[in-house]
Amino acid sequence: MPEKKTFKITHNRNWCKNCGICVAVCPKKVYEIDRNDRHAIINPQDCIGCQMCVEHCPDFALTVEEVKNE
Amino acid sequence: MRPDFLRSERLPNIWCPGCGNGIVLHALLEAIDQLQLDPDKVVLVSGIGCSSRAPAYTAFDNVHTLHGRAIPVATGIKLANPDLTVIVVTGDGDGSAIGGNHLIHAARRDVDITVVVFNNYNYGMTGGQASPLTPSTSITTTTPNGNLDRPFDLVKLAAGAGATYAARSGIYFTRHLIDHLKKAITHDGFSLVDAVAQCPTYFGRFNKKGSAGQMVTSQKDWMVLKSVAEKRTPEELVGKIIIGEFVNIERRTPASAGAPKEQA
Repeated sequence: MPEKKTFKITHNRNWCKNCGICVAVCPKKVYEIDRNDRHAIINPQDCIGCQMCVEHCPDFALTVEEVKNE
Repeated sequence: MRPDFLRSERLPNIWCPGCGNGIVLHALLEAIDQLQLDPDKVVLVSGIGCSSRAPAYTAFDNVHTLHGRAIPVATGIKLANPDLTVIVVTGDGDGSAIGGNHLIHAARRDVDITVVVFNNYNYGMTGGQASPLTPSTSITTTTPNGNLDRPFDLVKLAAGAGATYAARSGIYFTRHLIDHLKKAITHDGFSLVDAVAQCPTYFGRFNKKGSAGQMVTSQKDWMVLKSVAEKRTPEELVGKIIIGEFVNIERRTPASAGAPKEQA
């Protein structure tokens, strides 16, 4: 069985406006808007690298890159 | 998308949280990146409005011109510099109301420019007034009891005026949007892409469409692919918006037929 791919999520706090679109489009519930109405990455290990959040982020605040295990 | 396509010193952008314009801009930059266009040969032209702020965040040459007059400026740029890729970034009000006449005549003349309409169904910058694309019975600042008028179908308008490429897509379907933007940019002749975005601050709030995330994901429910819609009955398509490519024909104006391809 192939090894599970891991992805590194980079979140630019200065550009993010906490709109919650990434929470709505993520199929694996990686993100959450927390109690302070702030964007939070709660399950980064579940990320499957589908790029839905990256393509739907209106503020260009997210990047998701595959971590290459050499 | 290449990060150097963005002017990172100008970000964060001025748009409200959850504005769909950023998603369309992301798709446009991704399309330009995937086509591997020379960034020095791309010009973005915009008018006035929320959507027309978009070129200011890109590293391409851009002109931020008068309200509704982006298409005439783009026509001039294209005529003087035929080797440039000229893309007009416009909003639904800017493109269809204030610049509506320019839109139909650019389509009639078949100028080789691409018009990307960031369609959020209202005038967002001035406070959510009704635009020519606001759907019937929708509530806006100027139509508090529901819009009495019928909206334009921008794709049909462009097609009727003679556009040789017209497509519609939505911000939830980003890959679909990128594909159609790529086709529109490479198309020889006037091309129009109606990119349906959302305005959570005004249109969404007045019409109780929910949060920005709900507005984006709800596009799955009220948008139908053209290939699927052809198999459905008209009753099933009431209230739905059909997305896809509506016109894609070779340009056939006498000017393009008679003009020499390369000028020495």
